[in-house]
Amino acid sequence: MKPAPFEYDDPQTVAEALDLLARYGDECKLLAGGQSLVPLMNFRLARPGRLIDINRIDSLSGIKRDDGMLVIGAMTRHSAVEHSTEVAGGWPLLTEAVGWVGHGQIRNRGTVGGSVAHADPAAELPAAFAALDATFRVQAKRASRLIGWEQFFVSEFTTALAPDELVVAVEVPRPQPGVGAAFVEYARRHGDFALGGAAVTIKLDAGGHCEAVSIALLSAGPAPVRATSAESMLRGAIVDQASIRAAAVEATRGLRPTADLHGSTEYRLRLLQTMTQRALIKAAERAKATP
Amino acid sequence: MNVNGVDHPAPTDPRRLLSDHIRHDIGLTGTHVGCEHGVCGCCTVLFDGAPVRSCLMLAIQAEGHQVTTIEGLAPDGAPLHPVQQAFHETHGLQCGFCTPGFVMSVVGLLKQNPDPTPEEIDEGISGNLCRCTGYASIRRAVLRAAELSR
Amino acid sequence: MAVSQLVGAKIHRREDPRLITGHGRYTDDLTRTGLVHLAVVRSPHAHARIKSIGVEAAKKSPGVLGVFTAQDFKDIIAGPATHPVAPVFAPDKKVNPPRYPIAREEVCYQGEPVAVVVAEQRYQAADAAQLVDVEYDPLPAVMEIEEAMKPGSPKAHTDQPDNIAWDATYVPWEATEEAFKTADVVVKQRILQRRLSPNAIESRVVMAEYDPFDKRLTMWMSTQNPHWIRLFVSGALGMGEHSVRVVSHDVGGGFGSKISPYPEDYLVPAVSKLVERPVKWTETRTEAVQNAYAGRGQIYDVEASAKKDGTLLGMRVTQLLDCGAYIGTFGAFQTCACLLAGGAYKWKAISSRSIGVLTNKITTDPYRGAGRPEATHVAERMIDLLAVELKMDPVELRRKNFPAKEEFPFTQNFGLVMDSGDYNASLDKALKLFGYDQMRREQAEARKQGKLVGIGLSTWIEICGLGPGAVTGPATGGVVLSESAQVKVHPAGGVSIYVGTHNHGQGNDTTHAQIAADALGVPIEQIDIRHGDTNEGPGFGYGTYGSRTLAVGGVAINRACAKVVEKGKKVAAHILEAAEEDIVFDQGKFHVKGAPDKSKAFGEVAFAAYGQLPAGLEQGLEAVAYFEPPNFVWPFGAHICAVEVDAETGNAQITKYVAVDDCGNIINPMIVDGQLHGGIAQSIGQALYEEMVYDQDGQLRSATFLDYTIPSMNEIPNIQLDRTITPSPTNELGVKGIGEAGTIAATAAIINAICDAVSPLGIKHVDMPATPDRLWNQIKEARK
Repeated sequence: MKPAPFEYDDPQTVAEALDLLARYGDECKLLAGGQSLVPLMNFRLARPGRLIDINRIDSLSGIKRDDGMLVIGAMTRHSAVEHSTEVAGGWPLLTEAVGWVGHGQIRNRGTVGGSVAHADPAAELPAAFAALDATFRVQAKRASRLIGWEQFFVSEFTTALAPDELVVAVEVPRPQPGVGAAFVEYARRHGDFALGGAAVTIKLDAGGHCEAVSIALLSAGPAPVRATSAESMLRGAIVDQASIRAAAVEATRGLRPTADLHGSTEYRLRLLQTMTQRALIKAAERAKATP
Repeated sequence: MNVNGVDHPAPTDPRRLLSDHIRHDIGLTGTHVGCEHGVCGCCTVLFDGAPVRSCLMLAIQAEGHQVTTIEGLAPDGAPLHPVQQAFHETHGLQCGFCTPGFVMSVVGLLKQNPDPTPEEIDEGISGNLCRCTGYASIRRAVLRAAELSR
Repeated sequence: MAVSQLVGAKIHRREDPRLITGHGRYTDDLTRTGLVHLAVVRSPHAHARIKSIGVEAAKKSPGVLGVFTAQDFKDIIAGPATHPVAPVFAPDKKVNPPRYPIAREEVCYQGEPVAVVVAEQRYQAADAAQLVDVEYDPLPAVMEIEEAMKPGSPKAHTDQPDNIAWDATYVPWEATEEAFKTADVVVKQRILQRRLSPNAIESRVVMAEYDPFDKRLTMWMSTQNPHWIRLFVSGALGMGEHSVRVVSHDVGGGFGSKISPYPEDYLVPAVSKLVERPVKWTETRTEAVQNAYAGRGQIYDVEASAKKDGTLLGMRVTQLLDCGAYIGTFGAFQTCACLLAGGAYKWKAISSRSIGVLTNKITTDPYRGAGRPEATHVAERMIDLLAVELKMDPVELRRKNFPAKEEFPFTQNFGLVMDSGDYNASLDKALKLFGYDQMRREQAEARKQGKLVGIGLSTWIEICGLGPGAVTGPATGGVVLSESAQVKVHPAGGVSIYVGTHNHGQGNDTTHAQIAADALGVPIEQIDIRHGDTNEGPGFGYGTYGSRTLAVGGVAINRACAKVVEKGKKVAAHILEAAEEDIVFDQGKFHVKGAPDKSKAFGEVAFAAYGQLPAGLEQGLEAVAYFEPPNFVWPFGAHICAVEVDAETGNAQITKYVAVDDCGNIINPMIVDGQLHGGIAQSIGQALYEEMVYDQDGQLRSATFLDYTIPSMNEIPNIQLDRTITPSPTNELGVKGIGEAGTIAATAAIINAICDAVSPLGIKHVDMPATPDRLWNQIKEARK
């Protein structure tokens, strides 16, 4: 349980980091919060030849609003998101989701960018970002680009990032006024990886019809899943127990969550339905309570 | 890096874990190691004032930062820190191995939330595992520590 | 005994200040000049033949002092039966494979040591261990108990005739024929006790220093049992016990997993001998989950019968016990479940049989409760199953079959004598605290709304305080599990007490001092309790396990103190110029009968004891006592649990839990409550969360704290405790044990509650751990 040897760099600026990435590419691994990478290194399941530690790049941290959009720096710690009044005010789904990430000590160190780039399908933030239609700001020495969440998450622990690219920030559009949001998950123990979970936003009109809805699932497949057909089913419908149940069933149609020793595929599938249903109920209640 | 108010030279080997550095290089063995994969919480220290798992950090990353360990809460001769006092009064420990990690987590929790509800205590301290106490007395310790800190 | 002042009082622990401030001395905190580090290369296979071991690359790795395999230890560690196996309850062992600390030709479980690497630094040892190139020929692994019992099954050891470690019938089936023939109701159930990984939060650590000049060995290690380890290691290393010292300062929990010797206990000192440097090995968590001796791992096939009116008749129990690859040193102790499966009830007859089975897994050995949680689970589940069949309230059925208070000492079906009890008293108190009738009414209401809510009881008993020589002598192969204490009173009145038990969280440094302070009438601050160093105190100590520390060790302290007082009377008689028989000792003062002001304080007598004394009276004020208890002690109690099962997620939520327990007289109520809370939490772990899961090839799938899910604070509900006090007649302190009670009691209450919750769906039995996917699946099947 000790890491294998590696070379180590701790660049002070984004430019230095991008230089190193350009030079070493595949040979190196970025060290963000380290809450997933360091355990893997301790187990020697990960043996990077070179670590580029980006914790000393101050410009990568911070939460700000940019043209109504929320911009979270990649090295912003989970706990900063958790306690941000800015986030809680406009993006309560993120506040709720981030509270499920590991435990307090993990959130004090783990980062938003690290969580996104690690692309664990059981992770909370990627699913929440999917529900909120977030975009990732990515830089390389050669070029910068924006990648939408759908293109970004490719598969389990795999993203669209090239070896020389660095996520620098996440852009989250402002939800419409009157939207209710809910993040629900179920895990064996609090803080464990979710066996299933759902991130949901919903907006109702005065008559109780669904005006807009987004449903994203975690631990549902190799990447966060947006339940688009369930969303279209619900859009325009009266939001009640029946329509919610139908949407939850539709949301999980065709999914094959991976079985492990904590749950079979069938169990996880039903759990996803239940989580979707509960998230929709909660979000709809909140939408009703929102002026 | 500064540990409990004392400056220490930087570690030379980048792969040295912060937990090992604190224990075996600096010699502060009150910080314990229970799993080295970030679940048990025994190795919790305050990093710039916030609780973190020292087994999931490289020692070299602490360069230029403040680390507080269990030994730094009540330096030799000083009275017990309110959280330590509370653990003593409520029988919040048995074998004592997980205790330094719990104490550091509780210090962090109360700093952020001086008056936690029972639910907030459960959530806030569930990142530490104890195999002896069944947590009942630790719950009481957190409440008592909050009281003593007022 | 003096008028009690401290016994029974809530005294805050004296061991706390150093532990709370980070000044404990756990083995990994210690170092020696010139210390080097050992890493173990382990078999990744559950069963394989070793073809070759390539050590050259590892030897060249930076910092490496040596790489050693079985043949390097041939002349240092005796073999092959280095690991002792106690013949507990199973005299007719059939297959007892010899065990050597490091594999020679065949590896028989995943994690069995194959080579060790020694390096200047721990990181270097880890690096080099990965370079040891072992070539294996995989052999078929046998992982399941029933598979292993079949003729023609693959064998856990290719050189053994089969996998049957033992097959012992305690009472034959014919003895219960009548009890089943005359029955109105018979229930049958298979009950699983899945394998558990003890996971003390401090993993094991061994540091050894061999002094080649003095030919002495010192070992510092995390053990519950330093004297036994000294006995085993000195024997295996061909050294006298007088030249081996085992020190075990602070230990971060044991739960049974630090009783028996492990391979590293031999390998680390042997390597110190080979490299002539102090050597330390610190177990990683993965090693601990994989290789700490596992708990439980049993299957029970049970039948029980009763009359229509609820009178219990017969029980038949077959225990299939997964020994793992080798029989644990104290592994067969778990067969005690066969003698205790009747629980707290009067049965006409019980038959039982235990079959120990070898598999390619880590050895099983006592884990908190060892046999008694299993027995309780069997008894309490069968009572509930009968109650369902009889349509009786489970409380009523229990009451009907308890021995009455007046019937104690009560001889149970296997001839064991239950020393004292008042089972109705603890049950009454628990029912009241729980609000049983109200809770049943609420349950009926909730059920109408379709909620799956249930209530479960466990009116548990246990046997502890190991133990009387007539039983423990033959069980260990000759050593009687008595306990020792030495009391030394120094000239200025300070008292050092050396105990043969160990303290790894139980608070003995405090409770023992409470006993001694009362017995000697001196302030507690004047008493130092020492444990865990074989160079101190009496010739042998028996260690801490089996809830014996107070009921055996505490009594030894009390008796050693009494001997000191007797000697003190002689000294006091001399300085008070009175006859010895006229000296009265009361609350720390020796006075002349009828003349209380003609007295000497304890300290004055202590000082005088080292001065001029009459001819025939030796100087000194000290004594050693060994206490061999005449019987076991029998704690008991009543736990009641309410749960709600979420049919959608399969989550079982404990909504209320009360426990009323009776461990006889109490030395320190705070410590007793702490033991109960901890034990119940560990039991919740077994009931709902914990299980060692292997795949078919013998790979442990739950090898980390992410997959072996120990409950955190969030998973443990509030638990209400209360107690009754029924003193034990077995010892003069009237005490029993409480260290394992919570673990013994709680699984049955929780599982009974879950079974009650899902009973409207027609589900009769739920096995442990009642994980969400398992429960969900069972509910789904029931609804089909």
